[in-house]
Amino acid sequence: MEDVIVRYISRMLLPFVQLYGLYVILNGHLSPGGGFSGGAIIGASMILYALSFNLEEGTKKLSHKTSTILESSGVLLYAGMGLLSILLGTNFLGNKVAGIPIGTPGNLFSSGAIMIITFGVGIKVASTMITLFYSLIEGEEGHEDVHH
Amino acid sequence: MRKLLVVVFLAVILVILVVAVIEMPTIGDPANVTNNEVPQRYLEDSLHETGALNVVASIITDYRAFDTLGEATVLFVALAAAISNLKAH
Repeated sequence: MEDVIVRYISRMLLPFVQLYGLYVILNGHLSPGGGFSGGAIIGASMILYALSFNLEEGTKKLSHKTSTILESSGVLLYAGMGLLSILLGTNFLGNKVAGIPIGTPGNLFSSGAIMIITFGVGIKVASTMITLFYSLIEGEEGHEDVHH
Repeated sequence: MRKLLVVVFLAVILVILVVAVIEMPTIGDPANVTNNEVPQRYLEDSLHETGALNVVASIITDYRAFDTLGEATVLFVALAAAISNLKAH
């Protein structure tokens, strides 16, 4: 399907949507938002791209394999922060008690583990949406090949 | 007979749910059991204890981070189930 208007508008819109998603994730500890909402925005932007172009163009930007690896690494980053707290001598997922530097409240780089955990959740939610979308579309196309 | 059974069953469920709703505490009542020291502590001390201005973020990724890890795992398991079903064909 060739739709010039949809392609042009979505190509113009894409960087702003992704920048806003990144802003929501990185400001999760300062303003409303966080990993889940920001990751959903970034995932929706990639889905918009793959819908308005096609799956080949979408996987050229972010391949299926990369999104699968990102999907697991988000949780690994989260659990790794928890294990780091154990190595530092406190409970699983401890933040200030583990001695992780808190910084000045209100700065972008503050609140210790919260920012890293939010980033991990953001990666995870975004790549989950993208991987699920790719898998569904590929399953559909694979089915069509079988029927043909 | 079967329809009558379904109606009776749904009526029993309706009564249980309505009773549960009536038993629920009124929203915003200061005498609610949820208005104890826990939200007070979050509102007053979360800035010193976590350094995050967003109290919701400090609750879901610090005080209750283990719960959020479970949420992320739910997403992971859902994706694994979807892929294993789709790729099985």
